[in-house]
Amino acid sequence: MSDNQLIEVIERYLNGEMSQEESARFEMLRNENASVNNLVTEHKDFTNLIKQYGERLELERRLNAIHDEIDVHSLKEELMIHPSWIVQLWRNHHSKISVAASIAIFAVLCTMFFTGYLNNHDNNYVKLKLDVQKIKQKTDNLDSRVNKLNVHVAPKPADNPGNFRGTGFAISSNGYIVTNYHVVRDADDVYVQNDEGKSFKSKVIYTDPQSDIAILSINDTAFRSLGAIPYSFKKSESEIGENVFTLGRPRDGVILGAGFLTASTGFKGDTTQYQVSTPVDFGNSGGPLLDNKGNLIGIIDAKETHIEGAAFAVKSSYLLKAIQEIPADSLQKPLIMNSKNSLTGLNEKQQVKKIRKYVFMVKVYNQ
Amino acid sequence: MSKELNNGIPADSEVIMGILNNSESVLKRLYLAYFPMVLQLIINNNGDADDAKDIYQEAIIVLYNKVKAGDFELSSKLKTYIYSVCRRLWLKRLSQMNRYGGDIKDFQEYLSDEDETERNNDRDIEFDKMGNALKLLGEPCKTIIEDFYIHNRSMQEICESFGYTNADNAKTQKYKCLQRLKKLFFQQK
Repeated sequence: MSDNQLIEVIERYLNGEMSQEESARFEMLRNENASVNNLVTEHKDFTNLIKQYGERLELERRLNAIHDEIDVHSLKEELMIHPSWIVQLWRNHHSKISVAASIAIFAVLCTMFFTGYLNNHDNNYVKLKLDVQKIKQKTDNLDSRVNKLNVHVAPKPADNPGNFRGTGFAISSNGYIVTNYHVVRDADDVYVQNDEGKSFKSKVIYTDPQSDIAILSINDTAFRSLGAIPYSFKKSESEIGENVFTLGRPRDGVILGAGFLTASTGFKGDTTQYQVSTPVDFGNSGGPLLDNKGNLIGIIDAKETHIEGAAFAVKSSYLLKAIQEIPADSLQKPLIMNSKNSLTGLNEKQQVKKIRKYVFMVKVYNQ
Repeated sequence: MSKELNNGIPADSEVIMGILNNSESVLKRLYLAYFPMVLQLIINNNGDADDAKDIYQEAIIVLYNKVKAGDFELSSKLKTYIYSVCRRLWLKRLSQMNRYGGDIKDFQEYLSDEDETERNNDRDIEFDKMGNALKLLGEPCKTIIEDFYIHNRSMQEICESFGYTNADNAKTQKYKCLQRLKKLFFQQK
């Protein structure tokens, strides 16, 4: 029996096409002959695989046919999670948007730079310390001219007036003086000059750049106690409309400026300051601001250049806070604050008379 | 059966019965019912519509074979089962393509444990080999084998359609074809 015929027999056997007798005989052959048995199993498995493969193809064909009926495209549109339009816009155009944004930022920065917006100091806002050098040059010019006219007048040996000037006032009888931080900033030497024109060497013992406050201590042997301070320090805020005045020493002698408290905030809404309508000049920085009852309510600090009579003063509460924060080892003599007010009830002329002795010119020297 | 019933999502038990009875309409309804769910899963996780078709059909075949083999136990909703199988297949495909970013956006609950897809894979490899072998076999052998073993046509019919002078010639031809197919099949790794 050839293989060909054997396979045919096996197929007939597997398909159940044999008669009972024949199949019984074939099973006997299978049992006796292992190679025939193997061939039967092998053939059965292989033809089954072909059959199953066919079924699989058929199933896939059916599924594909069903699939073709589905409108996949519109279904896809529907099921895709669409990010919001802004995300899509970004995904599609992010390079263009980035370039545009960079150019815009650059343009804004350029504009700000060229218009001077980026300069930290505001053009409309000036600190009121006096730059003595400028004036000195002018007076020197005048002097030389006067000398030419008037030869036999010997030039007076000039008292060194200092590089910068401001005003300060006493907070205790033993020589603690308050002025603005910007007056004494970078100072090498600080002198205070009293009403009689005498200068005393002083030392900066505490600064608070944020509130623009500096506290000096006179440590000159020639200094004598000032006597009880006539004004007291107001803890609470003052109201708009209050009559206020300030004393300053931009030059020898004292200058009175009177006005109203016009706003409870300072430049650009700075809550640490008041705005007042008192006329002030360079050199007024650090001067006391008092109300008409003789309470010290602030420290003159700066003015706005393009508004007439708009000056700014640091609120007294920040001064009190600064005094609290002086480190104990900086205080070589006790700082005793006055709480009694001996100005109440006096008229303005009398008040100024009492106060002027406590207002000093602050002279600052640096290289 | 009314049209309305025809369009709806088939009940799970109906699907099982339908597959066992080779019901064309149930298969169609099953397919239409859950394809959008799988499409949504795939296209929102780095795939396209063709991937969705492949994965979904693979899952349907897994289900189909399990039901046919009689070892399918419906322990969850059919929907969840299909979603889980597709999810697993897609994760596997993604990692094969190195496109798996570490997380997958899910739209349905799914079963995380069972892994039935592995067994199906061996079958798939055999089928691939068979497909290749048949392709290499060439005509007329391929058609003869397909007609006889897949479509169950008798030797007499085959003999006529191929114009063999007698059935014996056809049988000899078929035997030669089968031998060659076996050789081609087992040669493949």
